[in-house]
Amino acid sequence: MAGFDKRVYSYEEAMAGLEDGMTVIAGGFGLCGIPENLIAEIKRKGTRDLTVVSNNCGVDGFGLGVLLTDRQISKVIASYVGENKLFEEQLLKGEIEVILTPQGTLAEKMRAGGAGIPAFFTATGVGTPVAEGKEVREFKGRKYLMEESITGDFAIVKGWKADHFGNVVYRHTAQNFNPLAATAGKITVVEVEEIVEPGELDPTQIHTPGIYVDRVICGTFEKRIEQRTIRK
Amino acid sequence: MALTREQMAQRVAREMQDGYYVNLGIGIPTLVANYIPDGMEVMLQSENGLLGMGPFPTEETIDADMINAGKQTVTARIGASIFNSAESFAMIRGGHVDLTVLGAFEVDVEGNIASWMIPGKLVKGMGGAMDLVAGADNIIVIMTHASKDGESKLLAKCSLPLTGAGCIKRVLTDLAYLEIENGAFVLKERAPGVSVEEIVAKTAGKLIVPDHVPEMQFAAQ
Repeated sequence: MAGFDKRVYSYEEAMAGLEDGMTVIAGGFGLCGIPENLIAEIKRKGTRDLTVVSNNCGVDGFGLGVLLTDRQISKVIASYVGENKLFEEQLLKGEIEVILTPQGTLAEKMRAGGAGIPAFFTATGVGTPVAEGKEVREFKGRKYLMEESITGDFAIVKGWKADHFGNVVYRHTAQNFNPLAATAGKITVVEVEEIVEPGELDPTQIHTPGIYVDRVICGTFEKRIEQRTIRK
Repeated sequence: MALTREQMAQRVAREMQDGYYVNLGIGIPTLVANYIPDGMEVMLQSENGLLGMGPFPTEETIDADMINAGKQTVTARIGASIFNSAESFAMIRGGHVDLTVLGAFEVDVEGNIASWMIPGKLVKGMGGAMDLVAGADNIIVIMTHASKDGESKLLAKCSLPLTGAGCIKRVLTDLAYLEIENGAFVLKERAPGVSVEEIVAKTAGKLIVPDHVPEMQFAAQ
């Protein structure tokens, strides 16, 4: 890589340095905007004992769900188990450690982690099991929980378009957690549908500035739909 | 007769006001969008990062990158905006959403709500529900009044792990519309043809029954 050219040309190179026991923050909501090929590469590498931070853990056999099959994940920080049977089964059997985290708190944990803020206070979860073991403090007569931020050894992100500088734009609601994850990785890898010529992306429209991004790779995507719903 | 899912959605739609930003949860709350009165403009917020959710797409316009928080494919209406998840919950936690409608397993007389797990049986996860109930002032819970076995879901104290504490003031069930005040449910309206006695029998938490309990009115469609 020379200067600001962050392009890599193989998924092996994209995920180089990922080791057993590391924490991986993944963008995506359900199956929307997930880094499909980076996940597939983690499966291929066989990296184990991973802590995965992501809103969901994919579905059975797709998305992060594929890493559950061979038990590559030992801990998940997520807001929703949802329709993933294998995940629910491993969770109920205690085979996988799961820290269920409110969705807004999870997003803010990534944002704060990437922004150098170690912890923040939120009213979300006060008086619920989420509050267990956490400091509660009162501000202006209301109780708030202290939540610590999250950073990862790797962040894996799905963008729409990027340039070689690592500037990224996302498409529609495939944005979701991706720009937040991008800020919170020691090594941030972004896979996109198209790498455009320098200057093609309008600087005022960039969602993720290149400073957060270490590697960019261009891929092709299945973009599976979880709930295909058509107007009647 | 107990209300149908559609009637429940229809009743809650009456709480909409012109210019409201509204978050509708998964399930019956989603149906509320079908009953927004004509001529009223409402922006629907979907917590995965969409403000201004439009109708479902057609076969021609379906797009995997355009979904709502229930993971259904949707469209964006004119005037919509799309943003990241932290921004989405900033507007929720910051109290910028005017009305939140969500489902629940249980509510109690202290305004507690349980909606995200049944220990040992079912773990869905809280998703955005904990943030929604903590951030919103104006919340309506839609739920069935009792389980299929007739056990009340309106309790003196929630038995399941909470989603939020002391945050619920209004509940619409298939039998009644109730408000929570000073440690009790107050029966405000009953479903057409449902007796006060039935509601009393199916409400485990303290229930205050005013002298006159009107039947629910539905706007002419």
